[in-house]
Amino acid sequence: MSDTVLEVKNIWKEFPGVIALKGINETFLKGEVHAIVGENGAGKSTLIKIISGVFSPNKGDIFLKGKKVRFGSPIDAKSHGIVTIFQELSVLPNLSVAENIFIGQEKTNLGFLSYGDLYKRTKEILEQLEIADISPSTITGTLSVAYQQLIEIGRAVATKADVIIMDEPTSSLTENEVKTLFKIIGKLKDNGVTVIYISHKLDEIFQIADRVTIMRDGEKVGIYNIDEVVEDRIIELMVGRKLENYYIKDSKPRNEVILQVKGFNGEKFRNVSFDLRKGEILGFSGLVGAGRTELMMSLFGFLPYDKGEIYLKGKKINIKSPLDAINYNIGLVPEDRKLQGLILIMTVRENITLPGLDRIKIAGFIKLAEEYRIAKQKVEELSIKTPSIEQKALNLSGGNQQKVVLAKWLNLRPEILILDEPTRGIDVGAKAEIYKLMNEMAKEGISIIMVSSELPEILAMSDRVAVMAEGELTAVLERDEVSEEKIMHYATPRSVLSKAS
Amino acid sequence: MKRIFQIKEIGILIILLVLMGFLGITTRSFLTSENLLTALLNISFIAIMAFGETMVIITAGIDLSVGSILGISSVVIALLLHDYHMAMVPAILSGLLMGTTMGLVNGFLITKLKLPPFIATMGMLSIGRGLAYVLTGGWPISPFPETFTNIGQGKLFGIPNPVLFMIVLAIIAHIFLKYTVLGRRIYAVGGNLNAARLSGVKVDKILILVYAIAGFLAGISGFLMTAWLGVGQANAGQGYELDVIAAAVIGGTSLMGGEGTILGTILGAAIMGILRNGLILLGVSSFWQQVAIGLVIIFAIAFDRLRGGLRK
Repeated sequence: MSDTVLEVKNIWKEFPGVIALKGINETFLKGEVHAIVGENGAGKSTLIKIISGVFSPNKGDIFLKGKKVRFGSPIDAKSHGIVTIFQELSVLPNLSVAENIFIGQEKTNLGFLSYGDLYKRTKEILEQLEIADISPSTITGTLSVAYQQLIEIGRAVATKADVIIMDEPTSSLTENEVKTLFKIIGKLKDNGVTVIYISHKLDEIFQIADRVTIMRDGEKVGIYNIDEVVEDRIIELMVGRKLENYYIKDSKPRNEVILQVKGFNGEKFRNVSFDLRKGEILGFSGLVGAGRTELMMSLFGFLPYDKGEIYLKGKKINIKSPLDAINYNIGLVPEDRKLQGLILIMTVRENITLPGLDRIKIAGFIKLAEEYRIAKQKVEELSIKTPSIEQKALNLSGGNQQKVVLAKWLNLRPEILILDEPTRGIDVGAKAEIYKLMNEMAKEGISIIMVSSELPEILAMSDRVAVMAEGELTAVLERDEVSEEKIMHYATPRSVLSKAS
Repeated sequence: MKRIFQIKEIGILIILLVLMGFLGITTRSFLTSENLLTALLNISFIAIMAFGETMVIITAGIDLSVGSILGISSVVIALLLHDYHMAMVPAILSGLLMGTTMGLVNGFLITKLKLPPFIATMGMLSIGRGLAYVLTGGWPISPFPETFTNIGQGKLFGIPNPVLFMIVLAIIAHIFLKYTVLGRRIYAVGGNLNAARLSGVKVDKILILVYAIAGFLAGISGFLMTAWLGVGQANAGQGYELDVIAAAVIGGTSLMGGEGTILGTILGAAIMGILRNGLILLGVSSFWQQVAIGLVIIFAIAFDRLRGGLRK
């Protein structure tokens, strides 16, 4: 017990409409890499946000080196030696590397920064991380995302943290960058630092973790030493059911091509051409930042495009705004439902009918009876769990919020539905429901474009998989030839491939 | 009981009733119909403008130019009636057109030139006031035909006409915001601009619309005030924008956008009007009145926040 650094006891956390953590107990040992895995919505992020002081638990205690602690803020946690590197990077892009690493603990001389000392100490840390090729005076924003992430780790090292929490650190890294990161994690471990590693990529866990905790629906469902467990067991625990019942996919695309995109160019993508058949689920895979979301936003008229042609059932169309797209019977469920999909302070009813108001109006007035009927019907059809249709969207759980966004579009009977990360951040049960819904929609003849960063979902649900890398469409793979390795091969930027060879 | 407290306007209504009760007890003249009608008359010009301001603030914007729009509309109507002997109806319509146009310019500056609403309308505040002085040379304009001044000074069933205007416009504005497609979209734009756009809402159109409405209603206030005072002046409505914004905000309109009601705004305007009226009756100096108004703004919002916190 003496080498327990951090312990959480019976942690409960409730948000409006959902219990995120249901009594979590866990110990973290000195110098271990402790992985926490689970599907999106399992409660991993909530747990680390509690450990790092972002949220306070409704119930339960945190013990640091045997002493009970209570963090009021991330800064508070940091001063106790717990540093978190979140998915959203928190480096200040307009400051230098040195300033970023030592921000908040700068040594001053009569109120002035002493840059000589700052650069010297930064150099030491960069050497420790074996990235001494970066100069301390480099402006951080000019570095790649991977290096910016390493700068954040440098910041954690500079504060002499006992515990470093990394939340999905590899989600935007290339293979080589991942290797560098793992080397650094190894070094941290050797120095006695505890690394809590959040991920749902199991191959990474098996490479670097000592122990793994598995979470599902706010509960801890297992903990293993990494050499005493196999991958299938972890997946079973994560998903909570046999895999074959999880993804339901028996829809078949029809021959008729409904949408053709030719030579499409925008700010973040180049020369993209593909076609979409009626009733098809076309997966879009690629690394974060490959330009998939921007492509979809341009197709939907939300972002401008420079060049290219769109044909709907063989007829050339011009989409200048989302309203145009909607009038062509195209719908889009955006990547971030809270920032783009929903109006959180509006009710479920108002959200569901928003894109279709023009279809239920008379002389400019909303036909309220019709609106209530539609909202009730959709809530029932999609089994959206809400106390009433008058509930504000912000009080719903992630999965039910996502269903409200889907309901918005299903109400308009779209022919083409673009789903950008349709299952991000929702619980396992809701995920399965969304897959089932997608399958049903495809059977009805709706064509679906599904952008997803989760390979299992891409592999299970897609009729074909389009892969993007650095803004270009690098492959379109048929269902019978697609594999994880093939996708990763085409998703890896060429600049990296050529460097590696 | 719990359900009553969930109605958004209830907190503000309580403040108003407490205030009225206090003044009813401490002064003899407050709770007379004559005094109450005077208080209502005094708030009607602010309240009418505040309906437009409420819509602007619901879209997460702000309109600082309404006081100046009132001024220039007033001056346009006064000049056309007095110097050019134009018939009454076209003169009034010209004034309203002036106000609406100023609002449209605000809307275009904000949507097409992407200026922040604060900056665009602050510019128009200065431009509008300046033009009003240019047009009049700073001189008050009067007299007007009696048919015109009767609109401002007359009464129907004992209620001053501007108050009737306020009531009718409040009902129209309430129905517009609550029951029409455009009203719903105004809330949507303020609630989440990107989500609204992705749902097919023509965001620019909605924004231009609300600033045009704000300009139009400021024009109506300008017309009513000119008819009531019987004089057109370049400085009419100077500084009113702050009272107008305060009325909307006290009434529960969120500066973050997406929330606010006409009913709340009327109550907000009423609190300010009653407070001014009561302080005069109590013999408090006008300097202290300003302090008191400021305190009420702060306490009303703090009270609302507190209530919101309890509700969660």
